[in-house]
Amino acid sequence: MPSLSRPRRLLCIPFALLLVLALAADCGKEGGRLKIGEYGSLTGDKATFGTSTHHGVEMALDEANAAGGVGGMPLTVIVEDDQGRPEEAATAVNKLIVQDRVLAVLGEVASSNSLAAAPICQEHKVPMITPSSTNPAVTEVGDYIFRICFIDPFQGTVMARFARESLAYTRVAVLRDVKSDYSVGLAGFFMAEFTRQGGTITGDESYQQGDVDFKAPLTALMAGKPEALYVPGYYTEVGLIARQARELGYTGPLLGGDGWDSPKLTEIAGGALDGSFLSNHYSVEDTSPVVQNFVSSYRLRYGEAPDAMAALGYDAMRLLVSCLKQLHTEDAEALAALAGGDAAAQGAARARLRTLIAATQGFPGVTGEITLDEARNARKPAVVLEVQGGQLRYRERIGG
Amino acid sequence: MRRPFVLRAALTVGLLGLLLVLEKVFPHLINQYAARLMILSGINIMLAVSLNLINGFTGQFSLGHAGFMAIGGYTSGYFAITAGPRVLSALGATPTDPGAGAALMLVLGLLIGGGAAALAGLLIGIPTLRLRGDYLAIATLGLGEIIRVVILNIEAVGGARGLNNIPSYTSFFWVYLMVALTIVVNWNLVRSRHGRALLAVREDEVAAESLGVPTTRYKVLAFTVGAAFAGMAGSLFAHYLRYLNTNSFSFLKSFEVVIMVVLGGMGSITGSVSAAILLTLLPEFLRPIKAYRMVIYALLLVLLMLLRPQGIFGAGEPNPRALLRRLWPRRAPAPGGGS
Amino acid sequence: MQEFLQQLVNGITWGSIYALIALGYTMVYGILRFINFAHGDVYMVGAYIAYYLVAAFGLSAGGGTPLAALLILLGAMLGAAGLGIIIEQAAYKPLRRQPRLTVLITAIGVSLLLENGGILVFGADPKFFPQILTSRSVRLPGGALTTSHQLLVLGGALVLMVALSLVVYKSRIGRAMRALSFNRDAANLMGIPTDRIITFTFALGSALAAAAGVLVALSTPRIDPLMGLLPGLKAFVAAVLGGIGNIPGAMLGGLVLGLAETLVSGYISSTYRDAIAFAVLIVILLVRPAGLLGRAVSEKV
Repeated sequence: MPSLSRPRRLLCIPFALLLVLALAADCGKEGGRLKIGEYGSLTGDKATFGTSTHHGVEMALDEANAAGGVGGMPLTVIVEDDQGRPEEAATAVNKLIVQDRVLAVLGEVASSNSLAAAPICQEHKVPMITPSSTNPAVTEVGDYIFRICFIDPFQGTVMARFARESLAYTRVAVLRDVKSDYSVGLAGFFMAEFTRQGGTITGDESYQQGDVDFKAPLTALMAGKPEALYVPGYYTEVGLIARQARELGYTGPLLGGDGWDSPKLTEIAGGALDGSFLSNHYSVEDTSPVVQNFVSSYRLRYGEAPDAMAALGYDAMRLLVSCLKQLHTEDAEALAALAGGDAAAQGAARARLRTLIAATQGFPGVTGEITLDEARNARKPAVVLEVQGGQLRYRERIGG
Repeated sequence: MRRPFVLRAALTVGLLGLLLVLEKVFPHLINQYAARLMILSGINIMLAVSLNLINGFTGQFSLGHAGFMAIGGYTSGYFAITAGPRVLSALGATPTDPGAGAALMLVLGLLIGGGAAALAGLLIGIPTLRLRGDYLAIATLGLGEIIRVVILNIEAVGGARGLNNIPSYTSFFWVYLMVALTIVVNWNLVRSRHGRALLAVREDEVAAESLGVPTTRYKVLAFTVGAAFAGMAGSLFAHYLRYLNTNSFSFLKSFEVVIMVVLGGMGSITGSVSAAILLTLLPEFLRPIKAYRMVIYALLLVLLMLLRPQGIFGAGEPNPRALLRRLWPRRAPAPGGGS
Repeated sequence: MQEFLQQLVNGITWGSIYALIALGYTMVYGILRFINFAHGDVYMVGAYIAYYLVAAFGLSAGGGTPLAALLILLGAMLGAAGLGIIIEQAAYKPLRRQPRLTVLITAIGVSLLLENGGILVFGADPKFFPQILTSRSVRLPGGALTTSHQLLVLGGALVLMVALSLVVYKSRIGRAMRALSFNRDAANLMGIPTDRIITFTFALGSALAAAAGVLVALSTPRIDPLMGLLPGLKAFVAAVLGGIGNIPGAMLGGLVLGLAETLVSGYISSTYRDAIAFAVLIVILLVRPAGLLGRAVSEKV
């Protein structure tokens, strides 16, 4: 007769586990390096977002270290791949904070991933700077979450104004990615502004990230005879959507947002996107010396022109480094605590870092001057780019 | 010799109390990373043991367990986000500083999550009764996916973008308590006359039916109880990760739990526990070769089926006394007189 | 009206893809009473084989001839057939006498192996299949617009289905297959080399799945290691819908499912697209488990 005391015996196990937990408590005293965490989509559907951002971060990192680091200490960036999936983003950030004990986190591009990670950063009081997530909800998570780019209410409005004023369209159809906070949010903001300005939304369909066949929703939208198609999604699907739209006989332009920005966009779309427009954070053709310097260094190092994600990654890292330098000037001990002090001192130092980041005014970035407002977002103008023969050509600048 | 009940109860309470004290008073003594692994292991143990009840003991091959977990997690998370502030303020606490209210919220969450999942188990159990073997497997797979897609389309819980900002209530203490509860309940259930009925259903349903065992009722019972525990696991998961996305609850997740049950041995609770822990820790240790992890998993599964389909522990629980006797057999006295 | 016709074309095109994959499921089930979970991933492997063949021949967008495309298709089909044989010999054959559950789990394992092995070998990032045949718009009677690619997929699928029917119903080996599906032991006793026929069936099914993969890759040029997951499941539903074990049933089931999906996706909401397949599955299993064209089997005591 199997003994019923077996389950009772299981309860003895927590005792052993308690010991394990207590004994395994590590000191985490690794002196001398300033560890920054970065999480991004290095593999998966949106892989260029993560790799581009990482290139930008890497460049800024090397520049900072070449100049002697901060407070005499070198900086390191620990990168975790989230495969483009929000649940992996949460796990990755968890690991960076709990296991690697980073002092701040950079990431991500896709708003859904940032939204998954932000509560964790906020809970552990680790500053998080997202270079490119544009959904407003991200910074609303808490006061430790920052972004250095514009937000979608602005971006949606930009495109609506462009369609209405510069292109004089009155009938636009919308095709959104229902799996992406970014896409859904942006579509909503666009539609609100476009109709406010007197335009008509002739149709509103959705698809899911990862789909390969969009003929069904496209066919439905085509029935409304739109002058333009607003597709605020990510480059992988947009490329295919453009192709299939052309195959179905659609000749008008497509309009979109910064999610289009990737070296792979025109590779996927072929010629189907020529004559289409997107709103973005910066243009490679910007003649200002800051931008051109960055573009040529990047080209030299990585063999291709930097896209907006790379530029924003670069700016985010530089901003963080600048704040760390400020912290060092104000209180060198706090900076030292960040590199390897006890938990309490680290927490206090991170709080001070947070205050410094929040006070950013007029930081000269490649993507424009960065000033953070009370909602911890940056107010910057947007550029509208036109797709022409595999390139993104500058068209006009709106807002700011 | 059985120790008196009072002593055993005191021991149990004492140990749990110790755990609670450690967590509340000395949190900085605990290695966060180890705690994380243990919490995730605990959740997986609950999933594996509950699935074992359905698959291993009752012989109903269910491939939709992730669906129950999803229901539990989402209902619990949604409740915490919407009704949480009101409940907490009634106690004089706020969402950002819940104090003792956190425990109450978690218990409520577990009840709601487990209850909702149990309901789903009931609803799923009934129509799938007529199906056998492969068909049941595919039907449960389909139902699990339907649950996922339905949740995907409910805007109130975040739709395709996921449910965010779920309050953090899970701690190692709670996970441990729930794991112990899961194991005790399942263990006792299986060794009761109800458990024997379940085994009868597994062995030969037609024979059982003709002998008067209400097979229908027991199959539904298995689904309902199994689903309830999966739902509670989902609730703990939600309040730990703080973010839920339907991607985490696809049939791939169901397969993961199935692998745990099969590896441990279908019909062995010890097996499910061991396999759950093993398969939670293994990926962490394999992180350096992360790219190969899933390939190794898959290979493991295939080899396991080819070489030892009954899993590690087979269909029973390990009996330490028998094992020891086999390792150190007591020599029988020599026949006749000694020399 | 035009929109409806267009959706119809979309639906039938996808339906024929599901049908091609479903044929493999149904043939294997008919003979072995076993659901080969890994079948959907053979579809994926077929697409990748074609991708690498295209690269090997140095073809690029627009640079191919119909002949080259055909050769690539055949190459992929052959490669996949080989893979099917290997899987059958290594993973399924040794388990033929084991309970069905064991083989089912093995099939899940093989499926995971193919997918994750694919991620390891090919990389998780999607690849873009060069459009070796350029697509042209084709206007159908009734005003619907389709592309030469879509017609190619339809045509190709049809040809393959006809070819399969010829093999199954008009050839000796087909007769052997049908005999096996009726009663394996009797067929064995009649001198039919069951093992070889089973292997042949796997090879045939895999070839068809690979063909589907290549056709899809040609028209929707994005391939990734997990692309076979959902189409595989849906094709299985199609097979069940038509009556698992029943070849014309698989074709019918595929078409019906493709149409249902596209119409729901186009007229109601595309987020329910994937759920349609599973809803159909549940309904069919509860209402008429034998499928549309299948025969009801009662369980003997």
